[in-house]
Amino acid sequence: MAKRFDVRRQNGFVSLAILCFFLLYLPIATLVVYAFNDNDSLAIWKGFSLRWFHVAWNNGLVIESSIRSFQIAAVAALLATISATMAALATTRTKPYRGLTFKYAFINQPLMVPEIVTAVALLIVFSRIKIWTGYSGLGYLIAAHTAFCVPFAYLPIRARLESMDLALETAAADLYATKWKTFRHVTLPLLWPGILAGLMLAFVVSLDDVVITEFVKSGGQDTLPTYMLGQIRRGVTREINAISTAFLVLSIGIVTAFFFVSRKRT
Amino acid sequence: MGTAKEVAEQAERDDIRLRWLLSAPALLIVFLAALGPLLIVVVYSFLTPGNYGDVKWQFSTDAWVSVLFERDVFDDTLSFATAYLSIFWRSVSLSLATTVLTLILGFPTAYFIATRPDHRRDIWLFLITIPFWTNLLIRTFAMQEVLRNDGIINSALQLLGITDHPVQLMYTNFAVLAGMVYVFLPLMVLPLYASMEKIDFRLVEAGYDLYATRFEVLRRIIIPLVTPGIVAGSILVFIPSLGAYVTPRVLGGGTNLMIGNLIELQFGQGRNWPLGAALSITLMVIVMVALLFYVRNTTRSDGAHG
Repeated sequence: MAKRFDVRRQNGFVSLAILCFFLLYLPIATLVVYAFNDNDSLAIWKGFSLRWFHVAWNNGLVIESSIRSFQIAAVAALLATISATMAALATTRTKPYRGLTFKYAFINQPLMVPEIVTAVALLIVFSRIKIWTGYSGLGYLIAAHTAFCVPFAYLPIRARLESMDLALETAAADLYATKWKTFRHVTLPLLWPGILAGLMLAFVVSLDDVVITEFVKSGGQDTLPTYMLGQIRRGVTREINAISTAFLVLSIGIVTAFFFVSRKRT
Repeated sequence: MGTAKEVAEQAERDDIRLRWLLSAPALLIVFLAALGPLLIVVVYSFLTPGNYGDVKWQFSTDAWVSVLFERDVFDDTLSFATAYLSIFWRSVSLSLATTVLTLILGFPTAYFIATRPDHRRDIWLFLITIPFWTNLLIRTFAMQEVLRNDGIINSALQLLGITDHPVQLMYTNFAVLAGMVYVFLPLMVLPLYASMEKIDFRLVEAGYDLYATRFEVLRRIIIPLVTPGIVAGSILVFIPSLGAYVTPRVLGGGTNLMIGNLIELQFGQGRNWPLGAALSITLMVIVMVALLFYVRNTTRSDGAHG
């Protein structure tokens, strides 16, 4: 008897899809496996070891740049999320008003321009400001990261807001709640998953950035990714595998959390 | 106290003012640390390079001339700057190849995910999202692990006895292409999936009832239905490919430059900031043209579907 005819089937698609998943995970798996290799050379497997993790952990530069990465990501993500939340409240659930499209385009602008172009632009402007003011702290990196995090924080918050109707807020207003009280006790609790998703997205995007940081940083301001880029260019040690593996675990953790936060409806 | 109409108008004006106040911080930060500096790049592209980097405040169109032309050292005649043009050409063709290859791999993958039972889709989707959110530098480095002379491709080839010495894969155009396909593949799969998820399979069924073959169903029903996803995915892959900086730098070595690396050179060794600025604007214009094409295309297809 013939198999039931499946209208969804397309010849060869399943094999290509499996191949695709295989290709996506093969390099990552290789990287992780070799992080545990007890050998200086690359291809030869000499046995399981945590040696490279120890090396990385005891490398002052790695720890220092990791801490810097986290500081920048935390501050930038927070600033971006707060301003993006305000902007999302200002650009949703209203009839179109003058300047609305302008705001959309403006806020999403960092997504439209190639990173390298923004990086160069910031290098030009910030190097001049550095000369004028003599200040060369982390402020520049934080400002740059906040700017490109804004659209990433804005998108999930706006999406969340658009799926919330105004009935509850109107009810609160009918009960003589002030605007602030309505926001505090009605809008904010409903919006919270969106804000959290935006915050995590912004945090990961900031943590991952290489190009803009590479151009904006002053001497001795390496973040973990720019430190790694430098090491990779100088020739590789297994230490980079260990750092990457740790980074990978962290990213997967955040993405998993994000997955569950954004999936939770209402 | 005015009339009811006046009160309502006043309330609306207040509302709009509040909305501007609320969006001010986001607009300000984007202007200060993203959009504003871009305008200054335009100014810099018309200045004279300084001796040790930076610029002299003298108007000059040299940077723009040298984007396209080479000035002969001896007789000052202009000819096309083949070096830069070839880098632009390599960037565009590598980006196009990346887009096509990610589409070939990504289309069946997205279709595969979209045709799984509801409760299993999330897991497959999650498997696409993980590489998507993994640091781009780490993914590029992972690709290097695969391509290097003692990496797994060469080890496998030697183990199978296909070659007895390693094939040079790193620092070639192939390495850059493989790296970009790897890095940008999730950007193709996600929008494709988003449009495939909405396919109404009764249309496909109708196609089979009318004696269509599987290929005809794919070509005349499924592909037209997911065209917005194909366009969106292609744009999402093409644009970052064009500006790629990390992948060609790590996998291409010093010789297989793309526009992004050429721009960086002008701010490092090249010490020609105006030229770097002019090249940046050129790159941005190409990207804007691609985006414009996308916007026109989507509005047209929206119109077609009602």
